[in-house]
Amino acid sequence: MHDASEPAQLPPVPEPASTMPKATPHGGDLVKRHRLSTRLWHWLNVVSVTVMLMSGLMIFNAHPRLYWGKFGANPDYSWLQIGAHGGNGFLRLGNLEIPTTGLLGLSSDRHGALQNVAFPWWMTIPSDYSLADARIWHLAFAWLLALGLLGYLLVSLVNGHVRRDIHITAHEWRPAHIWADIKDHARLRFPTGVAALRYNVLQKLAYAAVLFGLIPLVILTGLMMSPDLNAALSWLLNLFGGRQSARSLHFLAAWGLVGFCFVHIAMVILAGPVNEVRSIVTGWYRLPREPVTEDAP
Amino acid sequence: MTLITRRGIIMTGALGAGGAMLSGCDKLFAVPSFKQTLQGAEGLHLASQRLLTGGALAPEFTAQQMSPNFRTNGNTTAQDQTWLAQSKNQFADYALKIDGLVRRPLSLPLSALKTMPQRRQITRHDCVEGWSAIGMWQGPQLGTLLRNAGVLPQARYLVFHCADNFGANPYYESIDLTDAFHPQTILAWQMNGQPLTIGHGAPLRLRVERQLGYKQAKYIMRIEARANLAGLYGGKGGYWEDNAGYQWYAGI
Repeated sequence: MHDASEPAQLPPVPEPASTMPKATPHGGDLVKRHRLSTRLWHWLNVVSVTVMLMSGLMIFNAHPRLYWGKFGANPDYSWLQIGAHGGNGFLRLGNLEIPTTGLLGLSSDRHGALQNVAFPWWMTIPSDYSLADARIWHLAFAWLLALGLLGYLLVSLVNGHVRRDIHITAHEWRPAHIWADIKDHARLRFPTGVAALRYNVLQKLAYAAVLFGLIPLVILTGLMMSPDLNAALSWLLNLFGGRQSARSLHFLAAWGLVGFCFVHIAMVILAGPVNEVRSIVTGWYRLPREPVTEDAP
Repeated sequence: MTLITRRGIIMTGALGAGGAMLSGCDKLFAVPSFKQTLQGAEGLHLASQRLLTGGALAPEFTAQQMSPNFRTNGNTTAQDQTWLAQSKNQFADYALKIDGLVRRPLSLPLSALKTMPQRRQITRHDCVEGWSAIGMWQGPQLGTLLRNAGVLPQARYLVFHCADNFGANPYYESIDLTDAFHPQTILAWQMNGQPLTIGHGAPLRLRVERQLGYKQAKYIMRIEARANLAGLYGGKGGYWEDNAGYQWYAGI
């Protein structure tokens, strides 16, 4: 599943073993950054998360209300609702109603006809309303998402990816370190040279939150949408506070992943999209040059 | 490969994939082999869930946890002539027929169903659309009736023939024998302590608690034991399965 190279490995250069290798890569060097397992999982997720989100939004369109607790249906209080009344689309959060005509609740379909749908056609799979077809997509790609995560977690534990690249050290947990990293991000000051090979603490936090938080949460809450698995794993259903709570958490976790993707893509664009995309396709990454030009090796 | 070409390929690929996502999924779904592959997940769900769940019971609740207002859904009345005549007399003339691949075909009046050993359960009803309601159901276990009728070895499915219809298509549903003999699978004539209302499927509806709402057939007139589902209506084992592409196995 993974190739043998370390993330920071250069084309082999004979050198004496030491704690600080002499052939430390410099800015401008092309280095191997992402393992095959990481690259495969990334692109598998691009497909599976996109399909899961868009088909999931269509499933939501079948009943665009969210509840808290063990039950919830039209006569019960919903904490979130997307709908339309009086020719206006709205998103209601608690008692707060936000007008969303044209986007949520009421929007034009592909043919320009107004439709009372929660999420518009361009956000959903399929484009035209079909709960049955959305379920066929969603329940098939769910296997890709879940088995992909399982496989990647196992491989990453075995090959040291989690320990070496994601694990946050005691030093990195220090508030001063985190604060310095936040300031660097706010100034769009990205690491250069060999420092760019390591994930910084905010990156580690984001990746760990997705790997161990959001994706497992979206999968487990999704499994609790199954009445059969509610029988098999009733403790898990109780952990989420009941089926309608689990459905709400499923929706929130899905949008949490969307939020991650937006930030992730923004960072890729800011950090140099061609270099970043190449590294997640081929594994090879050109280290950003240090600000002060030094002697070229 | 030069860097320029590689860049070109990467960017074209990324843009192409984005465009294809938006417009291509519907086209892809129209390819029969693709759709059939996705539909193959249903078999995985049935096999994996049977393995994992075994005979586990669906969660049951207390009276305080019940929905204050249990909404109706689907058909809220039936159209069958026999049913219409019976409904005028509070179903005093109603009799449930159990036939097909059984040793002793049965015809059971409502009074018999009410006096048999009963199971009462407060369970959650989950619509495929996403809403849930908790209600109390009471009736004889389907397994008791099936043992009385003597299901023949070649029978694999039970088909529930219903009195409601959608235009020319009668409602029907089916389950396999594993679900049929599950202790929580009952034929409910009572809901929340009262005889079933017309809206909820009077006089008799199925409760198969580990599946979604469309399996909970209402207005049941006849139960038929069969070796297969092919050749009956659309052949997929239920009204929604035949007419809208919903899965026969609705445990997820």
